[in-house]
Amino acid sequence: MSEQTLFKVTVDNITIEVPAGTTILQAARQIGGAVAPPAMCYYSKLQGSGGKCRTCLVEVSKGSEKDPRPMPKLVASCRTTVMDGMEVKNITSEKVVDARAGIVEFLLLNHPLDCPICDQAGECHLQDLSFEHGKSSTRYEFQRRTFKKHDLGKHIQLHMTRCILCYRCVFTADQLTNKRAHGILDRGDHAEIATHIEKSLDNEFIGNVIDVCPVGALTDKTFRFKNRVWFLKPMDAHRDCPTCSGRVTLWNRGDEVYRVTARKDEWGEIEDTPDGKPGWICNTCRFDKKQTTDWVVEGPREISRHSVIAQGHYAGNIGTTKPTETFAAINDGRSPHLLMDIHSESEVNQPNLHLGENEGPSNGVTFNNNIKNA
Amino acid sequence: MSLQFNNEQMTEFKRLVARYPEGKQKSALLPVLHLAQDSFGGWLTTEAMDYVSVLLNIEPIEVYEVATFYSMYNLKPVGKFVFEVCQTGPCMISGSENIITYIQQQLGIKPGETTQDGIFTLKLVECLGACGYAPMMQVGKIYREHLTKEKVDAIIAEYRMQVAAKN
Amino acid sequence: MGVKLLLEKANVPGIRTYDVYRREGGYATAEKALKEMTIESIVEEVKKSGLRGRGGAGFPAGMKWSFIAKPEGVPRHLVCNADESEPGTFKDRYLMEFLPHLLLEGLLISSFALGSNDTYIYIRGEYAWVADILEEAIVEATKNGWLGKNILGTGFDCMIHVHRGAGAYICGEETALIESLEGKRGNPRIKPPFPAIQGLWMRPTVVNNVETLAAVVPIIKMGGDEYAKIGVGRSTGTKLISACGNINKPGVYEIDMTISVEDFIYSDEYCGGIANGKKLKACIPGGSSVPILPANLLLKTAKGETRYMNYESLSDGGFATGSMMGSGGFIILDEDQCIVKNTLTLARFYRHESCGQCSPCREGTGWMEKILQKIESGKGEVSDIDLLWDIQRKIEGNTICPLGDAAAWPVAAAIRHFRDEFEWHIHNRELSQTSNFGLQHYADPIHVPA
Repeated sequence: MSEQTLFKVTVDNITIEVPAGTTILQAARQIGGAVAPPAMCYYSKLQGSGGKCRTCLVEVSKGSEKDPRPMPKLVASCRTTVMDGMEVKNITSEKVVDARAGIVEFLLLNHPLDCPICDQAGECHLQDLSFEHGKSSTRYEFQRRTFKKHDLGKHIQLHMTRCILCYRCVFTADQLTNKRAHGILDRGDHAEIATHIEKSLDNEFIGNVIDVCPVGALTDKTFRFKNRVWFLKPMDAHRDCPTCSGRVTLWNRGDEVYRVTARKDEWGEIEDTPDGKPGWICNTCRFDKKQTTDWVVEGPREISRHSVIAQGHYAGNIGTTKPTETFAAINDGRSPHLLMDIHSESEVNQPNLHLGENEGPSNGVTFNNNIKNA
Repeated sequence: MSLQFNNEQMTEFKRLVARYPEGKQKSALLPVLHLAQDSFGGWLTTEAMDYVSVLLNIEPIEVYEVATFYSMYNLKPVGKFVFEVCQTGPCMISGSENIITYIQQQLGIKPGETTQDGIFTLKLVECLGACGYAPMMQVGKIYREHLTKEKVDAIIAEYRMQVAAKN
Repeated sequence: MGVKLLLEKANVPGIRTYDVYRREGGYATAEKALKEMTIESIVEEVKKSGLRGRGGAGFPAGMKWSFIAKPEGVPRHLVCNADESEPGTFKDRYLMEFLPHLLLEGLLISSFALGSNDTYIYIRGEYAWVADILEEAIVEATKNGWLGKNILGTGFDCMIHVHRGAGAYICGEETALIESLEGKRGNPRIKPPFPAIQGLWMRPTVVNNVETLAAVVPIIKMGGDEYAKIGVGRSTGTKLISACGNINKPGVYEIDMTISVEDFIYSDEYCGGIANGKKLKACIPGGSSVPILPANLLLKTAKGETRYMNYESLSDGGFATGSMMGSGGFIILDEDQCIVKNTLTLARFYRHESCGQCSPCREGTGWMEKILQKIESGKGEVSDIDLLWDIQRKIEGNTICPLGDAAAWPVAAAIRHFRDEFEWHIHNRELSQTSNFGLQHYADPIHVPA
């Protein structure tokens, strides 16, 4: 380890040293924050992934110390390795910001925008991407494409219209299972994920395609329409599983386990287990162990406080602090202009109540009761 | 499996596979799919594709992925003679639209359809690399070039005769 | 008459057969290369010749050869790119159809120079009968000792295999071609690694166009320096041009790249002028993906100098006022052609041929086609033109492979040079459905006497 060659790379004016062979994206992720380019198709745990979605394009303004010429085109940071002395512009490059907004528009072009009925909403990378890098409206005025529906069996729900063709699920099936049964059929703007003949995906590890899917194209059928992810409390838990690591995140509401997923890191990727291997989980853990008694619960899972999933969940109990500044304080003394003060209209949205303490679905009538019982 | 190559087709299959190094037999997939399509009625049924996957020792999905990618593989039944008329730039400049309309009138079918007698299918395709001999179409292995209405008439009559002679 | 190096013998009766080709001096160059030359000296001659890839990109062939990795114990491969699919281009077909042994001889010399014992010709699936011609020629060449084991007693083994594609323009891109040759979907690979390091079956591979490999024969025959004397500047040797569209004599012509565009179009030796006595409106000089030029910028550069049929002159002025040599697919449009319609058919082509792997190309090509369809059918708005411009700009340079650029350039150039025609279509919704904009925006630069 100590003998490893280190390369200096600068991303958005922040310089770090990384081992030779590191990609620009991985180097930027080490710096973290907004410096890390978004990635919709790249998945570090899947060999061969990346390069396709083009959201991670960056500008290389200096190739290396030896050859300082800039690269003529924007490059996919997930598949370009750093050189010593390389200088990269991500959000500091107008070209990148412009191109990325274009990519977001392309990705959303045929996307149904059915977030209100999509199980992925709240943890969807395409939502995050559009929010952070997209424009507020589309210039597309034609009919969005549709596909013939395919049934992938009792565990996995396929919504092809939401797919962005990242190929992650294909790599997952190739690398985690011994027989890939689904793939990319047809080509161009008609390319789709399918099995060709109706066939259920049954391999013991195939459920991981749900976790790698960046959008709502592949979702958990056992969780379908059951709840919104932001109403659930993610809890780390484990069990002694003969097939997989058994290290999961339970998504609970009260004592009820609504769904089970693998544990994901801040980039939305499967976390490694302590032995350094990716923590893929088996179908039994994912689909069949829905009782809290099946699991040893370790505690609440830390979720970025910017995520919608974190809303109201953990104030006070996992070390997050509530912002102390008032809106007026950070806004030069101006109070926000409100169309309507919802707190005076409804009892549901009481700022002094934590929604996370609410046990189960409630309306304005049952809300106070539920809170009191909690 | 009911569907199989006959001896002659099997010999051709072996010749195709032998072009590639040991263990790289998947490389023969495109040529073998051509062979299967020619051998089993001009289009690729799921059964035919599964048979190819067994022969090449690959997963069926690998065959489906490839068969659906390339435009020359027919995944639906087609007529005995498929008129693949080029509609790209240079052919369009040289009047391919008139030819396409004329063929539709003569055969009474729209692009993508097959005549009721099962003899002709009309397909619109993109550039076939015969731009200097436009307008043109491909029928089986043959290019029919410098098309005019008269030529189209003659071609249709020729194929009708061929079918009649066989019956 | 210009110099003919490739098509010199094309009209000799029976030249397609081994016997006639051999009698006409065929395979003598291969014999010279294998018996008298070293690998290094062959590569050196190709470098000296200045030969540039004839497939479209124009990358120096000798340099490409010198990049090939030579790891111990790993086989290397030469792959001939015969997936000629660029609209307007049909020169390779002509060469293979009439002079199959010339290509085989070029392949043999090149395989020897690159150390390829198994060389593949990837031919587009539609050229089925051409594949048969090549297979026949391979049988003849093998029978006569030019292919197989221990060729001419030199200890060099080489077999050439024909591999038929199945209908996909994208397989002309070298890494998509390699994927297809491996029996996969024609999805271009993400580079690096480049084929010269990890290509076919992850082995070092060189992919060259048919015409490039055929040109190796005259280069070795006459020597790289002599070859480089033909032509002008960095446009050395001869180039095959496939001319089509509204001209009197469509066909494949070999030119020495010193001829002017005007002479090429109007001389009887080549295109023979515009068909039916019409006037020249525009030209796509290097295959459908290169920028279209209006007649006034085609015959003369923006500086008013004569434009010639070579790499430098055709690209003079950059994309603002120039175009590209590309693959040599020379498409002429006369005064009756509608630029909007022509652009639409090309946009449809690229949408149809996009592999669908990366988002700008998969989504952008279809979007451009739909907008062009809208304008063409008389439903467009002026803002659509700006939208089109913005879409092509966001595709160009942001895709995995050059198909994105190839789809963007024709749209960009059409708007750049013919914006008034697009606007006319939009402002004259009904009229544009029955009549044509014609030559309203500039005078015909050539006065053709009635």
